[in-house]
Amino acid sequence: MNKPLTTVRLGCGAGFSSDRLGPAVDLAQRGALDYLVFECLGERTMAFGHRDRMLNPARGFNPQLGARMRGVLAHCHANGTKIITNMGVANPRAAALLVVDIARELGLHGLKVACVEGDDVTHLIGPDTAFMDHPGAVKDVGLRMVGANVYMGAEALLPALQAGADVVIAGRVADPTLFLSPLVHRFGWALDDWTALGRGTLAGHLMECGMQITGGYFADPGYKDVPRLADCGFPIAEVQQDGSFVITKLADTGGCVTPATVKEQLLYEVHDPAAYLTPDVTANFRGVSVTEVGPDRVHLSGGDGSVRPDKLKVTIGFDGGFLGEGGVSYAGPNARARAELAAGVVRERLTRINQLGGDLRIDLIGLNSLHQTAEVPASESADIRLHVALRSTEREDVDMMLWEVESLLCCGPAGGGGYRGQVTPCVVTHSALIDRNRVSPTFEVFTA
Amino acid sequence: MSHRLIHDIAHARAGDKGNISNVSVWVYDPKDYPLLKRTLTADRIKAAFPKLFTGSVTRYEMDDLHGLNFVMLDALEGGVNTSLNLDSHGKSFSYLILGLPIEE
Repeated sequence: MNKPLTTVRLGCGAGFSSDRLGPAVDLAQRGALDYLVFECLGERTMAFGHRDRMLNPARGFNPQLGARMRGVLAHCHANGTKIITNMGVANPRAAALLVVDIARELGLHGLKVACVEGDDVTHLIGPDTAFMDHPGAVKDVGLRMVGANVYMGAEALLPALQAGADVVIAGRVADPTLFLSPLVHRFGWALDDWTALGRGTLAGHLMECGMQITGGYFADPGYKDVPRLADCGFPIAEVQQDGSFVITKLADTGGCVTPATVKEQLLYEVHDPAAYLTPDVTANFRGVSVTEVGPDRVHLSGGDGSVRPDKLKVTIGFDGGFLGEGGVSYAGPNARARAELAAGVVRERLTRINQLGGDLRIDLIGLNSLHQTAEVPASESADIRLHVALRSTEREDVDMMLWEVESLLCCGPAGGGGYRGQVTPCVVTHSALIDRNRVSPTFEVFTA
Repeated sequence: MSHRLIHDIAHARAGDKGNISNVSVWVYDPKDYPLLKRTLTADRIKAAFPKLFTGSVTRYEMDDLHGLNFVMLDALEGGVNTSLNLDSHGKSFSYLILGLPIEE
C-alpha cells in the first residue's frame, strides 16, 4: 500500500489513437508524474480493433502501442511513474504480452504489466438487443456484427492497481475512469463518495483529450493566439485529496493553459452539465470554479456527483463496408461553373449509366462543403475541388466511382487537375444498455 | 456595429455523440454575456439552420462561467456512421454558430 499523498500528479500522454509521441516522452522524462495515462480509444476505434483481431488473433490493439512504450517505459520506470491505458482495444492480453516483451528488451526485468478484460460483451448481444440511440435492434442493421464492448468503471482498473501493476492495459473503460481510478486508489476514496468521484471524473474529463486543454484545438489567430503551437505540451493535473486540482503543463513546452482552454474542454461532448454519466458516477459540472493561479496554471474546485447509473453503455460495432473518396480541382476564370459541370457529369454517369448503389455525396470544396447542408452562402473562391464520396458494402461500386472521377481528367470540363482517390474501410456503431451486474471485469498480471 | 458576429465576442468548441452535436460558446469578456444570452437562443440556432439541425435544440446556461451549451439532436446528417460530409463529426459547427451575426 502506498503512503497517503497530499497531491497526485497525473499526466495525459495521448488524447486519441493517433496522438503525438514526443510530448508524452517529455512528460515521462520530466513530468515527475505518479501516473501517465494514454487515452486512445474512440467510439469507433474498437470496431476496427475487432476487425484487426479477426484477421490476426495476435493483433487488435493500438498499432502505436509498441512505439509509445519504447518511448516512455524506461523513463516511467526510472521515475516511479505508472502507466494506465486503453490501448488494449480489442485484445488487451496480446497488448500486455507485447509490453512485457518490450520491457525485457529494455532490460526492465520485474516490470509488472496487467491486462484488464471483461469489457467484451459480444456474447451478451443478440439479434433482439435494442439500441438506446436509434430505433430498432441489432437484427435491423443488416450488417455483420464485429463485436460489442461495455464501458467499465473504476472497479475494473482498481484490482490491477492494488496488485501493484506498473502498466495497466485495458480495452473499453470510460475515458475519465482512466484518470479517476488512480485517484481512488491513492486517496482511498469510497466508490460511493459521489462528490469525490464527481470531482475526479471532472479532472479525468478535462485531461482525457490531451492537448485540447493545453492550447491544442484552440488557436484562432488574432482572436485566440496560442504560443508555439507546434511544440504544444500535454497536460498535467495536480490533484488534491478533496478532489480540487490544478491543470498545468511543462514550462518549456508550447501551448497554454488558461481559463478559456479549460472552459472549452469542460463541456466538450457534454450535454447536460449537471448530469455527465459515467459507469462510476453522475457527475455535476455546475458550480465548478475556474481560476488562473499562475502562468499556465488553472485551479478547479467545486463540482459534485450523485449516484452512478444502474445500466452501463455498450457500443456494438458492425462492418460498414467501404468509403471511397475521389476528387479533381478547378481553378481560375469560371472555375465554379466548370466544377459544377463536373459534379453533374459524375452524378449522371454514376446513377444513369452505372446504376451504382450506396450513398453518394458530391461537394465543391472552396465553394461550400462542410456547411453545405447548413445552407451557408457559397464563397467566391476561384479555386474549387470537386469531392465525391460514396459509401457501399460493395467494393466494386466504390472502385467504379473512383474510376468515373478519374476519367474527368480527359472526359470532363476544361482545366481539371490533381486527381486523387482513396478507399477506406468503414464501421457502423450503435449503443445499447445492459445491467451492471452482468459485467464481470477480470485482470491478470504478467512480469517482465 | 450591425455586422458584428458572435465570433467577435465569443469562442466555441463542438463535440459529437452519435447523431447528437453539442457546441459550447463562451464570451471573452463577462460584460458581453447578457448580450450573448439575448442574441444566441436555441430557437435562433434551430431557425438559422433548419435543414442541418433537424431535431430539438436545447440550451444549457453556465452563468458562473459565462458560457452557453447547445445540444442539437439529429444534427449530424445521420452521424458518423452514415454521414458523407467531410466533417462527419460536425467539428466545424462551432464556427457555423460563431458566424451568426449579433442582433444588437
